Amino acid sequence: METLLSLTIGLLVAAAVYLMLARNVLKFLFGMILLSNAANLLIFTAGRLTFGEPPLIAAGEKLPPPGVANALPQALVLTAIVIGFGLFAFALVLVFRAYTTLGTLNTDDMRVAEPQEEADR
Amino acid sequence: MSWLVVAPILVPFATAIIAFLLRERPLGRWISVAGSALALLAAGLLMAQVLGQGVIAAQMGNWAAPFGITFVADNLSAVMVVITAIAGLAVAIYATAEITPRMEYLGYHTLFQVLLAGVTGAFLTGDIFNLYVWFEVMLIASFGLLILGGRPEQIDGGIKYVTLNLISTVLFLSAIGLLYGMTGTLNMADLAVTVGQVENQGLLTVVAMMFMVAFGVKAAVFPLFFWLPASYHTPAFSVSAVFAGLLTKVGVYALIRVFTLIFDRDIGYTHTVLLWVAGFTMVTGVLGAAAQMDFRKILSFHIVSQIGYMVLGLALFTPLALTGAVFYLVHHIVVKANLFLIAGVVQRLTGSTGLSRIGGLYTHAPLLALLFLVPAFSLAGFPPLSGFWAKFLLIKAALGVEGWFIAFLALAVGLLTIYSMTKIWAEAFWKPHPDGIEPRIAMLGRAERWRLLTPIAGLAALTVTIGLFPEPFVQFAEATAAQLLDPSSYVTAVLGERP
Amino acid sequence: MNSIILRVATRYLAAILLIFSLYMLLRGHNEPGGGFIGGLIGATGFVLHAIACGTKEARAALRLQPQTIALSGLGLALLAGMVPALMGDAFLTGQWLFLGAAEGEKGLPISTVLFFDIGVYLVVLGAILTLVFAMEEEI
Repeated sequence: METLLSLTIGLLVAAAVYLMLARNVLKFLFGMILLSNAANLLIFTAGRLTFGEPPLIAAGEKLPPPGVANALPQALVLTAIVIGFGLFAFALVLVFRAYTTLGTLNTDDMRVAEPQEEADR
Repeated sequence: MSWLVVAPILVPFATAIIAFLLRERPLGRWISVAGSALALLAAGLLMAQVLGQGVIAAQMGNWAAPFGITFVADNLSAVMVVITAIAGLAVAIYATAEITPRMEYLGYHTLFQVLLAGVTGAFLTGDIFNLYVWFEVMLIASFGLLILGGRPEQIDGGIKYVTLNLISTVLFLSAIGLLYGMTGTLNMADLAVTVGQVENQGLLTVVAMMFMVAFGVKAAVFPLFFWLPASYHTPAFSVSAVFAGLLTKVGVYALIRVFTLIFDRDIGYTHTVLLWVAGFTMVTGVLGAAAQMDFRKILSFHIVSQIGYMVLGLALFTPLALTGAVFYLVHHIVVKANLFLIAGVVQRLTGSTGLSRIGGLYTHAPLLALLFLVPAFSLAGFPPLSGFWAKFLLIKAALGVEGWFIAFLALAVGLLTIYSMTKIWAEAFWKPHPDGIEPRIAMLGRAERWRLLTPIAGLAALTVTIGLFPEPFVQFAEATAAQLLDPSSYVTAVLGERP
Repeated sequence: MNSIILRVATRYLAAILLIFSLYMLLRGHNEPGGGFIGGLIGATGFVLHAIACGTKEARAALRLQPQTIALSGLGLALLAGMVPALMGDAFLTGQWLFLGAAEGEKGLPISTVLFFDIGVYLVVLGAILTLVFAMEEEI
């Protein structure tokens, strides 16, 4: 199972890198989203996969039953997904704003902050 | 005593909330100033505590380490928190005169305080995943601050800043995942113990390199610094001052923390890479600055070059070198934030930051010229200012391990720094204004003058103080370096006594 | 989006989602659920309203600005974390109060953990709505 997930992660990263190499900022952003999902899967896999019970402690017990799943990677992934959601929502609005104010999504043409003639001097 | 450790984080958060609720009134900006002063007080108390009884750790919710989240204050964390609070207070005062009511309504003060909370949290946390969370808090706030106002060049700079920082974030996250997979823990003190038991030490070095790249982007080291000069000259001056002072330094702090506490096993490899990185960072930064003709762009490239010095201290990995790195961190935050604040005043008086379009400040605003000379000389490393001692310690450390070439580079970069500062001096201060404007400080309103110049003068005074009385600061930096090189006190404070 | 079916359905769906979100919030104390998922479900209700009737009406229905909600939630969570200071415990340690506790009666348990969770609920609700409204209005 770990092997399968590792291959999936590799595939996701490859697709992400392909998308991120594009000059289009929106494609780059989609690549980033794939990459962050790959990272989340990586954490999940790093915590070892078990066909375990949910890590819940029954009423009256002090310990969870043996063989429960490791809850920590899931908590980490959840945190990472939430943070990623916020970041990407912001980035998406920013890309849209860039398109309306700068009139382009091509990174080569985004030179307002670093004007060309200044770089040539 | 655990409350002292979290107080410097809670205060800016509380300030952020109150400042947001009062954002439509002038009171909101004074809440921000008062909150920053309170944060400085909290940081000072924490510092006193750390000086008195060594490393203190606080376990959140009474969950014992390594299971819960730990906050730790050792010498390095404490001094970073104090200096953050000082820079925060200076910028908060400056912002009362600079930030427009429109930006205040959009939440400038809230974002600013959240940024300070994020930076402070990153310095204090003792858990590597929690460090990631604080990085994100800081990042979200910095995104907001960077594009606040929405001018086209801000959006343009914002895109570059956001995309490259997102990559670093994902890399950081992946590295955490792999490290957790190998060691089964996220607590940094526990990691320091468990990395020794990992069977595949080679894989550990790979993860170490991933951390180096992730933090390297944040710290803006060669060859990952491109986002910095592309974005730091675009936002409001208060924003770029706090970015310049603090954000990259969080990356450097994280590098120092991780590469002294956790990845100190394969020094021959990792720290050699760091040494190369440091050399290239110093040189490319200063050469980039030499080609620029804008006040803030020159300063931005100098941030990059100065980061090289700090990484150099970490890379040499001797007690003296780390002393120099810590000293440099503190000195640099004060000086760099100050120079950006001065750039703001220059822009107000002369109407621009493009060096060819301004001038006449020496004749008409001699006070400002004096205030500029202090941090500028300090940055270049003139005695008796703080930068001299910082560079002196680092170069002495390099000579101590017979790193003749890197010591030579550090000296040469210092000379080129003088060249850049001379360029700013000659263009902005010495030559007359091309449009015949006479930029006088009197052009500023009375209240405005105080709010803009007090923080600048305060930070300049701090630079001079560190420069004239370096002994206590160097002694403290030495103690910090000793603590970093022997993490046993850190580990004991977090995990308790172990058999 | 101008669809009468969606608009009529939203009126009921939004109400059900909001009640369900509160249920999730309270259930989360000992079972799966909690402030985070509750906040997400609650936000879905308002987002649905915004899609059906426009953000203007959704903002009016919310009454408060979403940012204000998020930051008040943050404040509530911080306060809940600071209560243990009065008892001399570490930050975020859970404190319990049993209302009407008597001999053999457990009473109604009130804890700082609950208030922390309510804070999380408000933060998530406010933050998601801030983002979604901004995107709806921008794009």
